[in-house]
Amino acid sequence: MFTFFFYLFAAVAVFSAFYVAKARSPVNSALWLVTNFICLAVFYVMLEAPFMAAIQVMVYAGAIMVLIIFVIMLLNLGTAVKKRYTHALFWGGGLSLLMLFITNYFVRHGAPTGQIGTITSQTISSYGHTELIGRAMFTDFLLPFEIASILLLVAIIGAVILSKREV
Amino acid sequence: MTPEVLSLSNAPALWTAAMLVKIVVAFSVLMGIVAYATWVERKVIGRMQTRLGPTMTGPMGLLQPIADGLKLFFKEDIIPSEASKFAFVLAPMMILAPALISMAVIPFSGDFLFTFDGITYAVPMQITDLNIGILFILAMAGLGVYGIVLAGLASNSKYSLIGGIRASAQMISYELAAGLSIIAIFMLSETLSLSGIVAAQQQVLWGIAALPSWMHNWYIFSQPLAFGLFVVGSMAEINRTPFDLPEAETELVSGFCTEYSSMKYALFFMAEYANMVTISAIATTLFLGGWDGPFPGWINFLLKVFAFMFFFIWIRATFPRLRYDQLMQLGWKIMLPLALGNIVVTAIAVLLWH
Repeated sequence: MFTFFFYLFAAVAVFSAFYVAKARSPVNSALWLVTNFICLAVFYVMLEAPFMAAIQVMVYAGAIMVLIIFVIMLLNLGTAVKKRYTHALFWGGGLSLLMLFITNYFVRHGAPTGQIGTITSQTISSYGHTELIGRAMFTDFLLPFEIASILLLVAIIGAVILSKREV
Repeated sequence: MTPEVLSLSNAPALWTAAMLVKIVVAFSVLMGIVAYATWVERKVIGRMQTRLGPTMTGPMGLLQPIADGLKLFFKEDIIPSEASKFAFVLAPMMILAPALISMAVIPFSGDFLFTFDGITYAVPMQITDLNIGILFILAMAGLGVYGIVLAGLASNSKYSLIGGIRASAQMISYELAAGLSIIAIFMLSETLSLSGIVAAQQQVLWGIAALPSWMHNWYIFSQPLAFGLFVVGSMAEINRTPFDLPEAETELVSGFCTEYSSMKYALFFMAEYANMVTISAIATTLFLGGWDGPFPGWINFLLKVFAFMFFFIWIRATFPRLRYDQLMQLGWKIMLPLALGNIVVTAIAVLLWH
């Protein structure tokens, strides 16, 4: 059952990722990307990370892609835009294939050490995934978290300044 | 003997049967409420404007929803020749589905006990108790935007496009305020599961033991600001009237659903009311103690949901529509700072009292 669902969603994910690049109108590309994000959310659930799944749908599918579609809508991008940018298709495709092989090579080459970390299915079910992530983020990884927040703040201020006519 | 919680591992056949019954009952009750909400809305608004509302079909016009449904069902289903067909057909489904899915995590009542083969089982009256319940609802609310955006974009018509742009801008802005107001709730409840939140609301009010025991700790009493923000924010998110700019018929014909006809149009209509029921159910669960109250669980729950729906209809009969810049100003300059401030104040309060 589990394997069946994994392969089902994996197939859908690969198929939709392919059509993100293939679809002719930008809106359809965006829709395929949303499908892909939802498949990823399903994988997070299968990996016992329900919080990540919810955030994946909320942030990527619910916020970022809506903004992208919003921009497509405002600029009324037709199929013409896609035709103009096809010159790098061959090299881009070649490069991504190469990267796929390299990743696959490294994944298959490493030997598992057999060591088990502190977080297992047991701890996830007893503590709850959200609590574990919250604890890790605000104790062990506080500095990277704050740096990421400052980066986002800089981006927000930049957007405000760029969109203002006079500062 | 303490009852055993029915699960897939201890009684697979019973669990499957209970699950199917729960899903079918929840879905059909929701659809029934959706159908009759249209009747109640026309009747109530009629009375508020000293009209009678529907009277001709059946006693007191009670068959009106069925007549409407039949009429829409037999209308010609037109797809504009310039529309992008796939997205045009997909849009009404994309808008209805999230509203229905959100109902899956809402607890309708306390555990239902029954004995089978000498073992007492407890069936939680909730389709599924996710431990990320609220986040699931927020995620589904986020997906609701796609239906409107797609409808606006796929119709290939000016009015639909403007309606779609307005709707998506509005929904993105108010989703933030509504979502942030919920954060204050789970700072108090310390759980994201909706049944956990309902359980947390059954303690004594404000944790003061001197108060009588029937006064339960409903979060509307400790988080009145969050409650207001959530109700206003979610009303804007589901495009109910003061915030129904996306379908402002005086300027945009019918907004994003201008080009739709027949059952596709009916789906938009159903989605609006299904969203209303869902928002009422969520507000009930988060702020009014869910199924907690003097009557059997599900009656309390339905009463609170109906009270909310009456309130939404009442608002529609009372307030004129906001202007677009007023709407954006309210969302970003008033509600968002208030929601953030509420989180900070709640955090300080939690820190001081614990």
